Amino acid sequence: MKKERLVLIGNGMAGMYTIEEILKQEPDRFEITVFGKEPHPNYNRILLSSVLQGDSELEDIVLNDYDWYEEHNITLHAGDEVTRIDTTNKQVESAGGIVCAYDHLIVATGSNPFMPPIPGSDKEGVISFRDIKDTETMIEASKKYEKAAVIGGGLLGLEAARGLLNLNMETEVIHIQDQLMERQLDPNASKMLKRELEGQGMRFHMEKQTEQIFGRKRVQGLHFKDGESLYADLIVIAVGIRPNIKLAENSGIETNRAIVVNDFLETSAPDVYAVGECAEHNGIAYGLVAPLYEQGKILAARLVSKEPAGAGYQGSLTSTKLKVSGVDVFSAGEFGEADDLKSVLVHDDFDGVYKKVNIRDNKVVGAVLFGDTSDSPKLLNLINKKEDISDVGKGLILPSESNAPVESPVADMADEETVCGCNGVCKGDIVSAINDKGLTSVNEIKQHTNASRSCGGCKPLVSDLLNATLGDEASGAEVEPLCGCTDLSHEQVTEEIKTKQLTHTREVMNVLGWKEPEGCSKCRPALNYYLSVSKPKEYEDDYSSRFINERVHANIQNDGTYSVVPRMYGGVTNSEQLRKIADVAEKYEVPLLKMTGGQRIDMLGVKKEDLPSIWGELDMPSGHAYGKSIRTVKTCVGEDFCRFGTQDSIGMGMTIERKYERLNTPHKVKMAVSACPRNCAESGIKDIGIVGLEGHWEMYVGGNGGVDLRGGDLLGKMKSDDELLDSISAFLQYYRESAHYLERTSHWIERVGLDHVKAVVLEDEEARANLIERMEVSLEHKGEDPWKELTYNEKKKQELFEQRKVELV
Amino acid sequence: MNSVDKQKEVAVATVDEITVDIPKEVIIEETSIAIFKTKDDTIFALENKCPHKGGPLSQGIVSGEHVFCPLHDWKISLNDGEAQGPDEGCTASYDTRIENNTVYLLLN
Repeated sequence: MKKERLVLIGNGMAGMYTIEEILKQEPDRFEITVFGKEPHPNYNRILLSSVLQGDSELEDIVLNDYDWYEEHNITLHAGDEVTRIDTTNKQVESAGGIVCAYDHLIVATGSNPFMPPIPGSDKEGVISFRDIKDTETMIEASKKYEKAAVIGGGLLGLEAARGLLNLNMETEVIHIQDQLMERQLDPNASKMLKRELEGQGMRFHMEKQTEQIFGRKRVQGLHFKDGESLYADLIVIAVGIRPNIKLAENSGIETNRAIVVNDFLETSAPDVYAVGECAEHNGIAYGLVAPLYEQGKILAARLVSKEPAGAGYQGSLTSTKLKVSGVDVFSAGEFGEADDLKSVLVHDDFDGVYKKVNIRDNKVVGAVLFGDTSDSPKLLNLINKKEDISDVGKGLILPSESNAPVESPVADMADEETVCGCNGVCKGDIVSAINDKGLTSVNEIKQHTNASRSCGGCKPLVSDLLNATLGDEASGAEVEPLCGCTDLSHEQVTEEIKTKQLTHTREVMNVLGWKEPEGCSKCRPALNYYLSVSKPKEYEDDYSSRFINERVHANIQNDGTYSVVPRMYGGVTNSEQLRKIADVAEKYEVPLLKMTGGQRIDMLGVKKEDLPSIWGELDMPSGHAYGKSIRTVKTCVGEDFCRFGTQDSIGMGMTIERKYERLNTPHKVKMAVSACPRNCAESGIKDIGIVGLEGHWEMYVGGNGGVDLRGGDLLGKMKSDDELLDSISAFLQYYRESAHYLERTSHWIERVGLDHVKAVVLEDEEARANLIERMEVSLEHKGEDPWKELTYNEKKKQELFEQRKVELV
Repeated sequence: MNSVDKQKEVAVATVDEITVDIPKEVIIEETSIAIFKTKDDTIFALENKCPHKGGPLSQGIVSGEHVFCPLHDWKISLNDGEAQGPDEGCTASYDTRIENNTVYLLLN
């Protein structure tokens, strides 16, 4: 069947949100084409002010990158503007000459900045603040010029002004009214905002009307109506936006202030819809993100269901938060003065806090907060719910003012209350995502639920919610389960494996009553590891439970290719090995050769199907650079050549590496041997780091140079090579037996304590001897070199590496 | 649908050639497709491309009727290619048919 053709004019937040909502429900039904005037993929326009203020980079604010369009089979014409809609023949025409037919058309052309007709506003250096280009122009200008003027003391103007201050420009703000943000704030809050921003270095010119912008080619300044003037090298005009409706108007679609739509976002033309800032519903054209998203959801439902269904769009309650660092401002609903309104007021000029809640007929209808906006989610909910508040005290309306201990506003929110207004994510969604997926950071929550993905204003709430949710778990007696498939902890599972004599991953999941009968990518590799440590002689590896790197013995890269790192004991190589590596690299056109941090050569970008032949031709052992296993022993030059070297660090490093190579461990284990305290092999940040001194070795453990930088702890001084090797055996075996799978030595030591490890590994002679003995058994059964094994095993090669080309007849 | 426009069938492997929980990659006209065999010998086929960043699903860990992408651990349903949980996206899935121990893929 032919797909329905869906065309979107306007590659912005409202239109693309609608497309995303449609794809969620009908990923394959529509053939989607998107036209966008700007030569960029869809980005988060709200965050332009944070780019300008230096908090984000441009690439951080892209919402859907070009790959996303490709992955979803969406044709994107970025930088090509639609110039005509032919509603009779149902097609659109672009400036670039593309003619595109539609079955459904969404107009989401957004707004244009309103440029008042001030003489001279066409001069170089006069811009608006609307898109990426404007933002770039401001950043560029700040490198050459010093003085900036912003015309407009509203939300956008003040965000632009704050950004210009951050770019080290002298910033003047010109406003035609006598108070800032008069559409969002009452006079008291506005006064406090002005004082705060003056403190930050902004200079204000209130009740000034700009008559002319002067300068030669480039702007030099502006004249006001009252005769005064101001010099400026850059003028940003931010006096408001106007819905961009020219295209719709010229195409005969009914417009008023914006494109007129009904409750289902339908315009006057059949199968043509409008959404976002360019749409006017019940006489209102919205300019904030939350209403756009609400409209997008309704429009998506409308397109998916074919017929209008449900109540449709009923208008939005708007709220505002100013995104200016160091200033907390919030307003929503009816915040002004009126005879039938009663207010709850907190006005503390000394601390710079102002709160006003307007109440009509026992219902909260609007609020303004300045200085402390922690009650804003609560208030927004009260306004939305239209709840009768006659029975509740002020403590509920403004929890921050009650004498109860200060507690995050998320604590007493109901599960269905909204935390992220931009994306409509409620408290319950976030809490269950934290619990079910084991999320531990705001960023993870953003990825999993979309909360805080847009304006970022709810980040503090999300963070509170994360702490509250995880905190409860920590204070309860419940143990942290191995993964979502079971309630049992790592320790309980390993204990059960031992006592019940379990021998296979499936058996463990079955006997211990896994909720997901086949497990997941977290528990399967863990079980496979625990079983192998518990029965080193008998256990047969379940390679279907291994992460791909350990299954194909190479490191998967972001493009699906692999990297190959041959073993070079102690980081020592020779001309023969180098020649082989060079030959193989040339023959298989390996795109990148690089030295690793562990003194090895990494061949990157190898195709999966080439892996076995490359191993065969290299004829070197696997470097295990991909495994949860002993990785490398890095060494310094040592006494052979170094004039400071006190020990044979290379020799000791090679001995250690040969002894423990191919041994599986809970996580990767990196080692180093240095021959003097100068520590050229960086032994201080390794899982096991050895430092040679005159007559003895120092052994450091639990060091980490990665995510959690941690200096190793001195485990002890070893008087002989044998004592050192025994101590490594005992330490490694204890780590293998008692650490959680995927727990590095650094975290393990923190958890069990250095003194405890010392006691078991060094002091308790019997325990030490047993550990060493069990290590010897494990070493005996650790298997052959995997590369050699796979290179000549035709069945395995076919199973794991074949890429079969099938011809269509 | 037009009856002339019948679906194309193509033989890709024998059932025995595919190991349980170890997907097999086949390439048909430049499209890489991952063929899965689950514990009960059911055969599934998905485009070998995670909806997230295009990771090769044929290299993932298979648990029941789901595969975990090797790049960022997205969980994808073998049935319909849908990403699970709050992750959103869908990879193409293909119908399969088994006859005389041969796996046929049905292409549109």
